[in-house]
This record gives sequence, structure tokens and C-alpha cells, in this order.
Amino acid sequence: MKPTRNWIPYLQVAPLGLVFLTFLVIPIATIVVVSFFDYNTTEIIPAFLRQNYEELLASPVTWETYLQTVEFAVITWLLTFPIGFTLAYFLAFHVRSAAWQTVLFLVCTIPFWTSNVIRMISWIPFLGRNGLANMTLMKLGLIHHPLEFLLYSNFSVVLVYVHLYTLFMVVPIFNSMMRIDRSLLEAAYDAGASGWQTLTNVILPLCKPGIAIGSIFVVTIVMGDFVTVRMMSGGLSASVALMMANAMSLLQYPAAAANAVVLLILVLITVGLMMRVVDIRKEL
Amino acid sequence: MAWKQDGFGRRRVLKGVAGVAGAAIGSGAVSGFPVIWAQNNKDIVLRQFGTGVSNMNEIAEKCKADLGITLQMTALDSDAVTQRAVTQPNSYDIADIEYWICKKVFPANVLQAMNVKKIKYFDQIVPIFTSGKLKPDSVIAQGTAPNIVSFVEGAGSTKFAKGQTDWFTMIPTIYNADTLGIRPDLVGRKIDSWKDILDPKFKGKTSILNIPSIGIMDAAMICEAAGIMKYGDKGNMTRAEIDKTIDFLIKTKKDGQFRAFWKTFDESVNLMTSGEVVIQSMWSPAVTAVRAKGVPCVYQPLKEGYRAWGGGLGLARHLSGAKLDAAYDYINWYLSGWVGAFLNRQGYYSAVLDTAKKFMTEDEWGYWMEGKPAKGDIKSPQGKVIEKAGAVRDGGSFYDRMGAVACWNAVMDEDRYMVQKWNQFIAA
Repeated sequence: MKPTRNWIPYLQVAPLGLVFLTFLVIPIATIVVVSFFDYNTTEIIPAFLRQNYEELLASPVTWETYLQTVEFAVITWLLTFPIGFTLAYFLAFHVRSAAWQTVLFLVCTIPFWTSNVIRMISWIPFLGRNGLANMTLMKLGLIHHPLEFLLYSNFSVVLVYVHLYTLFMVVPIFNSMMRIDRSLLEAAYDAGASGWQTLTNVILPLCKPGIAIGSIFVVTIVMGDFVTVRMMSGGLSASVALMMANAMSLLQYPAAAANAVVLLILVLITVGLMMRVVDIRKEL
Repeated sequence: MAWKQDGFGRRRVLKGVAGVAGAAIGSGAVSGFPVIWAQNNKDIVLRQFGTGVSNMNEIAEKCKADLGITLQMTALDSDAVTQRAVTQPNSYDIADIEYWICKKVFPANVLQAMNVKKIKYFDQIVPIFTSGKLKPDSVIAQGTAPNIVSFVEGAGSTKFAKGQTDWFTMIPTIYNADTLGIRPDLVGRKIDSWKDILDPKFKGKTSILNIPSIGIMDAAMICEAAGIMKYGDKGNMTRAEIDKTIDFLIKTKKDGQFRAFWKTFDESVNLMTSGEVVIQSMWSPAVTAVRAKGVPCVYQPLKEGYRAWGGGLGLARHLSGAKLDAAYDYINWYLSGWVGAFLNRQGYYSAVLDTAKKFMTEDEWGYWMEGKPAKGDIKSPQGKVIEKAGAVRDGGSFYDRMGAVACWNAVMDEDRYMVQKWNQFIAA
């Protein structure tokens, strides 16, 4: 190989590399650096202290909040996965005409034409003490007192997560399903597999990359969320990102940065585990 | 800079030196209006940012018409305001920030103090912001009272002065005395103390605000009223005081006393109108907004007094030359009455009352400032009827309300610890 050829691949990856460097590596490096800084009421002081991490990790609140955040992520995943899978399955295998598939798929995305904050807060009048849900149930005589847990509770938080993020599960799974060679299903049928066996032995394994991508979307979004938790729990619950927002509101950037680094590590580990289960690149 | 109508001022205007708008006003004694302001600021753009409450387009439009200055307003939430003020000092010319956060922002060396000699109405500014005493015999309330952070030691200094100096940090924009809002139709009893929010009758129907530095003050008012503890200074608690307050809040939360904690204006309005809560921390315009929806709501005066807050305009450190002069023009215009009347009509208080009075009708002044029953309908600045004839302002007159301030919004020496504990409360 001629020596001049050696640098050509580097040149080819340079644009992407620069974008990553500018918008990913440098910001994250900054966060890591700041997380070791000291601060007081008025300024951030360059230093190398472990205090931010010590304060963070020594506090039982941190652990409770992380536990709560992980709990939200797990419950949301447990709900969005079966719902998303069912929806995708219906679209991919029950709807036969390509035109209808496209139409129904678009229908799924219509709610996304509005801001997700709007979709979130529109639940509030529905779930409230004097809201539609409670009024209807009371008029039907099913309950005698309004159900208070419907709003400003972990229930409402998870409900909104599921509402907002199920589509992130539907899209990649649907995409995986559409790539399945239909002759495989026929082969399974010919070999005497029941519908359930086809689903568990053929479709599910072939959808693994889609499921993994959808899961990464849902889990990372939920773990980094603070708006939904704040709005739907009425401030009664916390999330990791909400802790950071509170710290930043009083200019305690190093404390928030330390928290961000810990959250980043946790999310990376989670994503890493998912990647171990499913090799996304191999199966795409 | 020449402010009196003297030859020097005129010449400077004629020469086209920017920034002597006041030269066109009549001398101090004759303040008849409409005032004609000099129009030598046509090309000047001032970028102002702050919370939505005082950053209003009407003010920018009037400023353009009177001064020729283009005011670009950016409204942000209070957290974002602080961050922007400190971290992006070149992105604005005028910062509209609150006094308590000024204690943090000003020492960050992003703002410049103003020379009081260039502030035309300086002597008429409500003394809360200068001496700290509303009346000569007033006692200064706890917390970050504005006078503590109103003066720095000299030009260019970022060190707050003990007493009054010639260098003023911020021009007060709006301030008010906050208390609890109630739904008189749903509480079913007399409310006269901060501790009433703890009444078991209101279990699951109360709320306090979830902005740590302000919420802790409301919590302190409640704790003190309920006899849980007594504070040395509610605006600057010790660690032990913070611990005890937060422990009490956590216990109250676990008992299910709170329905929610709110963070934004509209959340508080919705909680109240929907009947989710019947008693909660509130801001004055939120009460007006609830009433505007036809839902009864009272901004209940309480015997322990009010928690007060105030905001002000600070000049960015980078301002100089013609732009700095224009900024002084803007400030002097701001204090000259029209803006004050506009703000007073929304239920806030403005910095210079004498000038604002001239832009309000006798009935408006009586209702908003003197606690008198309205003779006719009271309208908002947008012309909407907000109170019918006969209505009396909750809490009464300016002196009744601002004279009963128990503490000011504050930033504590132990705020780092306080935020950790507050997070603990929210996570509990």
C-alpha cells in the first residue's frame, strides 16, 4: 500500500469525528471536569475535589432518588414493551395492504405533531379530583369519593411515560418485523408450529434488534426526564434530573455535574448490558 | 449628565450626544404630562431579560414611542434568569432579577452599579430599597431585605456596602407581599394564620411552592406559626434549623397533607381553580387569574405577616458610552410614572409611587394603593374588568401590606446544605 493512502480513511471519518468531538466529547469532558470543581454562593472555583461526589454518594436521598428513577424506567419498560410489540405485530402481520400499513402507522404518529408537554398536561384535567375520569366513575356509581391517586402520584407519572414513549418502542420493532422474510413464517407453519410457537421461536428472536433499540430509547429518556416527573407527580416525587435542576437553580453547577456524571455512568452500564444481550450491529 | 433643563443639557442634545433624554422634561417641579422625551436614542437597542412578570411587551412598545429605544425583551423562568445573568453576561444589557438572587449575581461581577446622581427620581424611591425602612420607625424584616444588596462600596465594586452609598445596584421594578391564597367557598372556616395550612381538615388539599429558596421560607412561616420552632433569621437559617424544618415538612408530606407542590404561576392557578387545593402558597396575580375565571379566591392576610419579594433592573457590566447613557434614560423613564402605574394596576407595587399616582385615576389609586373600596369597575392594564365597584383589595393599603412584612425572600449562607435537604424532602 502506498503511504499516501493511509490517511484517506481518516479524512473520510473526519467530518463525523469532528461533529462528535465538538458536540459530544468536549461537552461531556467539560461536565466531568466541572464535577470536580469547588463552588460557593457566587462562583465556581476550579479545583480538584472529590467533595461533590462524596456529598452525592453519601446522601441517602441520592440512593432513594436513583432507585425511584430506575423504578420508573423499569415499570415504563415493562408496560411499553408488550404494548409496543403488540401494536407493531398488528401493523406488520395483521394489516395486509401496504397502503393501510402506512396509513395506520401515520395515525400512530399523529399525537407527535403536538408538543409532548401539551400531551402531558392534557392528562391533568382528565385525572384530577374533579376531572373527567372521577366524574364519570362517580356518575356511574362505581365510586363514591374521587380517586385521589389518579393525579399527582407515581401512577400518573408512569401513565404519561407510557403514553408518550410507547411509539419509540413501536417504530423500531415494526421496522424489524417488516424485515422478516415471510417465507420463514410459512416454513414454520409447514413444519407444524402453532401461532404461539412461531411468535416465540421465529418473530421474537428476529425482532431483538428492534426491541433493543426501542428499549434503549425508552429507558434513557425516562432516566433523564425531569419535566414529566415534576408535572405529573405535582412535585411530590423526585427524579435524578430534577435533583440536578434544583442544584442548577442555585448555581450549584459542580454538584449538578457530579450527579450528571453518575447518571451517565448508570445509563451507559444499562445500555451496555442491553447491547450484551442483543448485538444490534450484527442483527441489523 | 445634565438632567435639569439647562443650556448645557440642551446643547448636548442638539449636538446629538446620545443619552440626555431628560433634558426635554420640564424641571422637577412642573411634571405635567404628556411628557415629551428626547428622541435621540433611535438606533439604540437594549436587550433586557427577566421573568415574565415584569417583562411586558406593553412596556417595550411605550418605551419605543417615548424614548425611541428598542427594548428587546426575553422572558425566562426564575432559574433560567439566574443562570443567564451569571453565565452569559454579554447576552444582555439589562438584567431584570430578584433582590434575593442579586446577592449571588452581583458579586459574580457581571453587573455594574449605577450612580445615584444620574437617577432622577432616586430620592423618591420607596425607602424599603434605600434605608430599608418603609417608615422611619419601621423594623427591617428578616431575610434578604433589598436594602442589604442595594448599594455597593463604589464604582465598579461588587462588595455590598453596609449603608447607603452613591452606587446603586438595581432599580426596583416590582415588589409585593405574598401570603396564602384560599378558596373561601371551600375552606369553611376562618383562616388567619400560616399554620392553618396544617389543619387536618385540609388533608390532601394544600400546596406549597417547590422553589427551594422560596418554599423554605413559606415552610418557616408555617413552622413558626405552628409553634414547631423559632428562628433566629428565617432568611438565613442554621443547619439545625434547616434540619428541623425539613424533617417537619417530610412528616407532613408523608401524612398526606399536601396535594402537590407547584413551581410555576399557571400550576398554582390550575390547582386552585380545579379545586385540587383549597389553601396554598400563592402569588398575587395568580389570585387575580383565579378570580378572572369566576372562581372565588382570597389572598388572605395572616397575623404573622407576609413574605415579601422584589425585583430590579441591573445594568450589564459591559455597557458603556451611548448605550450606557441610553440605559440611564430608560431607567429614568421607567421611574417617571407610566410604567409604575402600569405595574400598580396589576397588583404589584412600583418603585416611585409619587410619579405613578399621576398616571392613575383617583379610584384606581384608592383601590390598589389605599385599600379603599372601588367606586367603579377596576380594570387591568389590558382593559379587562377585574374587580367590580365596591371591591376592596385583600390585605388593604400599601402601608398595611408592605408594613406587615415578616421576611424577605432570601439566599442563605447554608444554601448548599438547604438544597440538599430540600431534595431530600421532595424525594421522601
